[in-house]
Amino acid sequence: MIGLDGAEHAANRRPVLSEFTVKRVRAMRPRIQTIVDEHIDAMLAAGSPADLVTSLSLPVPSLVICELLGVPYADHEFFQSCTAELLSFSTTGGGRADAMNRMLAYMDRLCAAKEADPGDDLLGRVITKQRTAGDGTDDHEHLVGLAVILLVAGHETTANVISLGTAALLNDPALAAPLRSGTGSTPALVEELVRYFSITGAVTSRAATEDTTIGGTPIRAGEGVVALVPAANHDPDAFDSPDRIDPERGSRHHLGFGYGVHQCLGQNLARLELEIVFDTLFRRIPTLRLDAPLDTLPFKDDAAIYGLNELPVAW
Amino acid sequence: VCVGAGQCVLTAPEVFDQDEDDGRVVLLDDRPEGERAESARRAVGLCPSHALSVVP
Repeated sequence: MIGLDGAEHAANRRPVLSEFTVKRVRAMRPRIQTIVDEHIDAMLAAGSPADLVTSLSLPVPSLVICELLGVPYADHEFFQSCTAELLSFSTTGGGRADAMNRMLAYMDRLCAAKEADPGDDLLGRVITKQRTAGDGTDDHEHLVGLAVILLVAGHETTANVISLGTAALLNDPALAAPLRSGTGSTPALVEELVRYFSITGAVTSRAATEDTTIGGTPIRAGEGVVALVPAANHDPDAFDSPDRIDPERGSRHHLGFGYGVHQCLGQNLARLELEIVFDTLFRRIPTLRLDAPLDTLPFKDDAAIYGLNELPVAW
Repeated sequence: VCVGAGQCVLTAPEVFDQDEDDGRVVLLDDRPEGERAESARRAVGLCPSHALSVVP
């Protein structure tokens, strides 16, 4: 879906639009709340200190997208490690192709099983919809591609914003105070964290399909354009003192979810997951603190999607 | 043109909704006034696929 343009892209995106509407996503709130609470219960039961990435950041969005798609969560170690390999700059070209092939083979089997018996999950519903709307045959190849992109995009991105956002909140008591006291707008905070961290970096790179001019610079057909999301989101013309996290600024016009017809399909699911995680984490563990200095944390400087490999916390 | 990002519903829920079956924009109020008109204008500005416009 990411690499397609025009009608072909629209045809791929259309069957899943209804799955990610604001209303449909809001209906998932109780289940997401339960998932978050269960993971915090387990973290508290295991005791301080903990690694927030493995206890909360990664499992919550992984479980949410697994349940939505109909992917067995038991396979999470497999798809999480494939995703990490796909996104790491230290993975060789061959390694990346290998990780992608393993992921495609996994989804090929899973989608074949769903085609044999489409259930009431996103992939099952897409199959049923295709059969009713089209000529009755399954578009297996597209379904596999769709499943891979939704699974990868559905867990890794949100996980990284949970980790980076929590680190920022724990590093600045004034920023976390409204969460701890249950005052302030968490949706506005979420919006600002998505802007500030701009984790997708250069994922929005494009190639020009015809000669054009952007900002006075002529670009010829076929030339590449790196539309750097962090640069746009830290543009002082668009955001006052952009290097400050300020939930009050009103940052809805940020480009953290991209822009244009490729803008993030799951953005409202991400917003809701982030809101519930931050609200619940700081309400339930008000004494949460970083268990290592911020500048020693293992940031993902070598990955296409920015984040944290570990986040040691204590309480 | 609508790509179902849901920005309009998030910004102006009294003016815009999304179709249950295809996820695309549905207009709830085609002549919003006052505050509604302002949030509708903001939603038009945030729409990532330029599917929305204000007719004077």
